[in-house]
Amino acid sequence: MESALDIASKVLLEAPGIGNSQLQQVMAALVGSNIDTADAFFQYSRLESWILDDGIVKEGNHNIEQGVGLRAISGEKTGFSYTEDLNSSALKQAAVTARAIARSGQTGAVEIRPNETAPAMYAAHDPLTSLPDTAKIELLNRLDAEARAQDPRVRQVTASLVAAHDIVLVINNEGLLAADVRPLVRCNVQVIVEQQGRREQGSAGGGARSSLDFLLQEERALNFAREAVRQALVNLEAVETPAGPMPVVLGPGWPGILLHEAVGHGLEGDLNRKGLSAFAGRVGDQVASSLCTIVDDGTLPGRRGSLSIDDEGTPAQNTVLIENGILKGYMQDRFNGRLMGTASTGNGRRESYANLPIPRMTNTYMLPGEQEPEEIIQSVDRGLYAVNFAGGQVDITSGKFVFSLNEAYLIENGKITLPVKGATLIGNGPEVMSRVSMVGNDLQLDPGVGVCGKDGQSVPVGVGQPTLKVDEITVGGTAV
Amino acid sequence: MKLNLAEQQQIVKDLLAEARHMGATAAEAAVSADESLAVTVRLGELETVEQSRDQSLGISVYMGQRKGSSSTTDFSPTAIRESVKKACTIARYTSEDPYTGLADAAMLAVDPPDLDLYHPWKISVPEATEIALTCEQAARDEDRRITNSEGATVSSQQGSFVYGNSNGFVGGYPVSRHDISCVVMASDNDSMQRDYWYDTNRLPEQLKSPESIGKQAAQRTLAKMNARKLSTCQAPVLFKANIASSLIGALMGAIRGHAQYRKSSFLLDALGQQILPEWVNIREHPMLPRGLASAPFDSEGVATRDNEFVVDGVLSSYALDSYSAKKLDMKTTGNAGGIRNLAIETGPGDLEALVREMHRGLLVTELLGQGFNPVTGDYSRGAAGIWVDNGEMQYPVEEVTIAGNMKEMFRQLLAVGNDIHTASSIHTGSWLIENMTIAGN
Repeated sequence: MESALDIASKVLLEAPGIGNSQLQQVMAALVGSNIDTADAFFQYSRLESWILDDGIVKEGNHNIEQGVGLRAISGEKTGFSYTEDLNSSALKQAAVTARAIARSGQTGAVEIRPNETAPAMYAAHDPLTSLPDTAKIELLNRLDAEARAQDPRVRQVTASLVAAHDIVLVINNEGLLAADVRPLVRCNVQVIVEQQGRREQGSAGGGARSSLDFLLQEERALNFAREAVRQALVNLEAVETPAGPMPVVLGPGWPGILLHEAVGHGLEGDLNRKGLSAFAGRVGDQVASSLCTIVDDGTLPGRRGSLSIDDEGTPAQNTVLIENGILKGYMQDRFNGRLMGTASTGNGRRESYANLPIPRMTNTYMLPGEQEPEEIIQSVDRGLYAVNFAGGQVDITSGKFVFSLNEAYLIENGKITLPVKGATLIGNGPEVMSRVSMVGNDLQLDPGVGVCGKDGQSVPVGVGQPTLKVDEITVGGTAV
Repeated sequence: MKLNLAEQQQIVKDLLAEARHMGATAAEAAVSADESLAVTVRLGELETVEQSRDQSLGISVYMGQRKGSSSTTDFSPTAIRESVKKACTIARYTSEDPYTGLADAAMLAVDPPDLDLYHPWKISVPEATEIALTCEQAARDEDRRITNSEGATVSSQQGSFVYGNSNGFVGGYPVSRHDISCVVMASDNDSMQRDYWYDTNRLPEQLKSPESIGKQAAQRTLAKMNARKLSTCQAPVLFKANIASSLIGALMGAIRGHAQYRKSSFLLDALGQQILPEWVNIREHPMLPRGLASAPFDSEGVATRDNEFVVDGVLSSYALDSYSAKKLDMKTTGNAGGIRNLAIETGPGDLEALVREMHRGLLVTELLGQGFNPVTGDYSRGAAGIWVDNGEMQYPVEEVTIAGNMKEMFRQLLAVGNDIHTASSIHTGSWLIENMTIAGN
């Protein structure tokens, strides 16, 4: 198979006719004596989506985005410009605009050299062509049939299939030339069930940096259809959720949103450099119970949040954020790392060429503990067992975060009893993490559906955790 | 490449011609182009200058009753042809759908009016920097406890948009939008908080002063300092105007045609029903000159018009595009692409009057998370605000949730204030709700 750099050079440089000398000229226009760091980010990405609704495949869409983002940094100042025109005069113009941030100074020169290849975390598939179009349609129709076959109370099924192929190439002022070819596939099924006038929804999905075959293996996509119906039927029986503080046992996998919101965002380098995070200046402090070891790992093969290189060309890493409750370090991009005197941790990510890279998570999860999940549930007299969540949000400065249940059960006398309605959980990151009193031996990663938003930019991420118990967290139910 | 309206119209026509050439029975296309400048300062220094030029085109083709779409940012003739071809390929695989197709030709806008949406701001980087510095400085001068800043940003965007379809409609217009925003942090020994304020307008000269925006960002941040939790209780809740718009947003989501025919609305089949108290009226004004969400035609070319969605508390219309209208055996309301400039009739009282009226309860100034189920109306979100007792604001509150069901919340609406938040396409004052569950200690 061709290397990522070969593929990217062909699509992003040769196709629009950008030769080595033009590239040198663009970089020369971007760098200079007053510029500390500069880079050019070339991107060509294609995305295809199909949607089944109301029993038929209603929509198909194909999208191409291409462009180049140019960034020049002088001290703490950043100049940024991008263009969707890939001809060399438009690129040079954008480079000059970006560099205007450092108002004077000599222009420079960059000697471009291909980097040592970072190990690839996924194959350079083109997932859009990994299945014939007829097979994509057939899969969606099977998901519809499978969901409806689960139960006569299913009233509506929506299923989507998305495949993306993202080719990126980075060149920086140090001459680094690096490329990545990133496949990403995802399937989602959402159902609405109805029983005696009461309607509820359920949804499930998953994906990976892989080809569409991934969704066919082990009946993955069919299982999403079954899971969505199961969840909706559980919600038909849900009773009012109690309100107030109580012990909460979080199931394994996707409930790892807890870590993403409670500590993950607070440990991103930019807001710590600026002193705006509740975790700023706390490296070495106890910020979670000693049972908690949390990592951000971009090197898990094929995972949704994984990267071979980040969007600044740094190979992805496995970074220990919290070890036995002690804060070990932050997630950095090159800019914030340089200003804080540390290296990039491979967390410089951007939604596209049209956005500046900022420190972002990849796959964030907690390492397993010793306890059996059953023991953890048995230890609770009265509380909640929460297995599925819709999403969350955090205020980095105050540390307050929320995440929203969409499948949960009461625990009464150590036993799981009735399902409860969706509700928001709220807490303070460091406080909640210090109340983690039991950690299971059943680490799971999420099925590959995470999207994280920050500063208006969305990127795919992963989360994971074993079953764990938080001794007290406020549950936003309706029953007092 | 910088596109003007005539060039954009030509691309739309080319796209439609190419679609016809490839055998499409109908097609619609849109082309947009814009440029923007954003300047951010932090702690008195220039931090980021972002300049951009965006373009994109999209086409939907119909092969009989099958539809395919594609879009691209690449405007080369090859890419345009490939784009149309891709949409046609997709249309060979999607299903026959009797409801799909272009909007009814009789509903298309004829001579759409100029809504005065284009007021470019000829501003240089140094000028924008100066405004941002003034804004941030005003925030930092407000109080000694304002110890840090995430910065102040001045941004300006201008662009144009053309839509056309094979029923003979081609229309387009230029637009502009300008923003000033500021985020600061306050800290003392016990507390660390951050908050923001902003203004947005189509006319640069109508933006609120940078000083007032900075001052308000600081005041909002300071108001959160040393907040307490509450004990779990049931109490009235007053949603401040800028977040009350999210309640109207939830209502509009529920009356969208798509939510109705998919039976995924907590207000399913509620047309003609009393959903709010009888003094409530909610109208859409898409033709508002200079309005933030104004548009002379919707995203299918249908003429927009004033819609009365709620009259005397009764749901009087769904918000429909052609597709959902056909599904429901109704006519489009010109809401393809969204609902534009909503306003609720406000009561006589300002925020202070509502605080007095509430007497004892929670004034919510901030919401956290997305905890709302659009199918059931169940609502549970993180909140921060100010505890009110004896009709007066007492102390700041944080780390609580407010929960209820949206249907109940609408029925329990006691008053809407006249303190309209104007930097939004939903114009409402604050909302006083009779009773919700507040979870805290």
